Amino acid sequence: MNPQEARDAIRRYVTADLMRKPNYKLDDNAKLISGGLIDSFSLASLAMFLEETFNVNPDNTDLNAEHMDSVTMIAEYVAAHGG
Amino acid sequence: MAADPIVPPPAQSLLDRVQRHYNDQPDAAALIFIAPDGSEQVISTRQFFDHAARYANALRSAGVAPRQVVILVMEHNTALLYAFWGALMIDAIPSIFPFLSDKLDSALYFARVKLLVTHSGASAVIASEAFAAQLAVLLADHEAVRVLSEAQLQPTDSDPHFATDIRTDHNADSIAFLQHSSGTTGLQKGVALSHRAVLNQLDSYSAAIRLSSTDKIASWLPLYHDMGLIAGFVLPITQGVPLILMSPFHWVRDPKSLLAAIDRHRATLCWLPNFAYNFMAMRISATAAKTFDLSSMRAFVNCSEPMSADSHRRFAARFPTLNPAALTTCYAMAENTFAVTQGGIDRPVTIDVISRPELNDRQRAEPIAASDSLPETASLEMLSCGTPIAGCTVRIVGEDGSAYPERHIGEVAIQSNSLLSGYYRRDDLSAQAIRDGWYFTGDLGYLANGELFITGRKKDLIIVGGKNLYPHDLEAIAGGVAGVHGGRVVAFGVPDERLGTEEIVIVCEVDSDNPDERAMIEQQIRARVAQQADSSVRDVLLVGARWLIKTSSGKLARAANREKYLRHLITESMS
Repeated sequence: MNPQEARDAIRRYVTADLMRKPNYKLDDNAKLISGGLIDSFSLASLAMFLEETFNVNPDNTDLNAEHMDSVTMIAEYVAAHGG
Repeated sequence: MAADPIVPPPAQSLLDRVQRHYNDQPDAAALIFIAPDGSEQVISTRQFFDHAARYANALRSAGVAPRQVVILVMEHNTALLYAFWGALMIDAIPSIFPFLSDKLDSALYFARVKLLVTHSGASAVIASEAFAAQLAVLLADHEAVRVLSEAQLQPTDSDPHFATDIRTDHNADSIAFLQHSSGTTGLQKGVALSHRAVLNQLDSYSAAIRLSSTDKIASWLPLYHDMGLIAGFVLPITQGVPLILMSPFHWVRDPKSLLAAIDRHRATLCWLPNFAYNFMAMRISATAAKTFDLSSMRAFVNCSEPMSADSHRRFAARFPTLNPAALTTCYAMAENTFAVTQGGIDRPVTIDVISRPELNDRQRAEPIAASDSLPETASLEMLSCGTPIAGCTVRIVGEDGSAYPERHIGEVAIQSNSLLSGYYRRDDLSAQAIRDGWYFTGDLGYLANGELFITGRKKDLIIVGGKNLYPHDLEAIAGGVAGVHGGRVVAFGVPDERLGTEEIVIVCEVDSDNPDERAMIEQQIRARVAQQADSSVRDVLLVGARWLIKTSSGKLARAANREKYLRHLITESMS
């Protein structure tokens, strides 16, 4: 998957599966956790998605606003961890 | 090994009780703390209370006197546990404040800590390292308040010894600690509990769950909430049962870590809010689920939000090593220290199938035979909360306070020997809640064959994953967003069947038709609810003027607007 495709896949997953609002126009820099778009229950799902889709297995200590607070940040995390 | 039932001798205070364990079984494991990296720390009874005694000593040196309130603003770690018991040892009154989350706005969070300190007249705050400096600045104008950081509480050579240096002559009727109910604006209610009430609760509840010396309790629950504080902390420590503890932040990111810990330590008891059953069944793959041996579990206790038989079935189906009879239920509240009833210990939890129309139209719980030919809307499956624990009486009352017969829906009222002494420094609220010795819970339900069933609630409250949220708080937050008419906002909960809990919906009247402005309003509402109430909103619906239904007195009707919203969703999905 090239970086743009990865970003699209992450955005689709966040809006359709985590927010359950597939038509939501999500900006890639919108704050997901601190902006109230996803809740903490979503973080375990996000970890499963990253593992299944990109073979990236985030440490549970990285599943926070410091590393995963926007589509851009998640895409960068995936790229930095070999996904 | 034969299980010794826990039959403690009479005690005046929690300290008398723990002193016995300290003397009798000093080397027994009191606590196994699991850090987010998976590493474990095993702490013996002697180590636990000697650590706590250091906090007692530090608080005393700082000038904290008996009967003064100490607020704990600390991460969910061992230091928090020691600080709590350290404060108890010097007969101060500890109260645990929720820790700052990723969502909450930090300035607002600190302002709330300050409000609580001011209101409770606290004499000290113990704070995690990262917070202590900021809090000291913030509380500089409160000369009487000491801010202590964890670093100031490191061990020294002159450390006190719990058995010899700590006084334990507490009065049974003096307040042991405060549990703060949630609520985002205004003053929080501090539920004040006496040593006697807490000991009564621990003994009655231990008997109800058949607690024995072979039990081990596993928990990830937050300690500022009654279920985590009592079942997941005070109960095991006071009764001398090992506690295997991890933080809620750890569990929510890695839910299987709890089950791995249960397997590894052969844990027997664990309390969970209803959503946790769905969450673990969903988030742990079938392959992984089979690898955990949960056969040691005597009881998973479902408590603190509406319970669903479906959640139990999903959990049992996912985890084949679990005995399904270990899925038990409890009805509890901070005002009764913790449990009011417990079900499912000696026999499986009762499931009562009742008629939905009878419930809705006549407020009766009429049993009907479950049948495939009945439409789903005709019946409702109710999970029993079990029977009252010793020392606790439950009755169902009407608006006029009169007792209702079995299977009539009314408000749940309780009388008990573990009730709160009152809301701390809020005599006005205490008088409202306790009338003629009965505590009125605000929950609706019925009794059948002596078992309690909860059908709904009279009070306006949304419970998301066991966390209580007040609609008026959320409405005030949303009403403050530019473009939203203050006073024309309604917040309510809708069922989240996937996760087995409730979700927040906010409907507001706005004038703007501009899509960019509307998108900005929605974004602002979500962000502010996250920052101020530490919660995510499932749906924000922006509507035009006069969409919201008002009562004849001009107030917004939450229930009617909730119905209108649900109809709106159906119409939308069809168009």
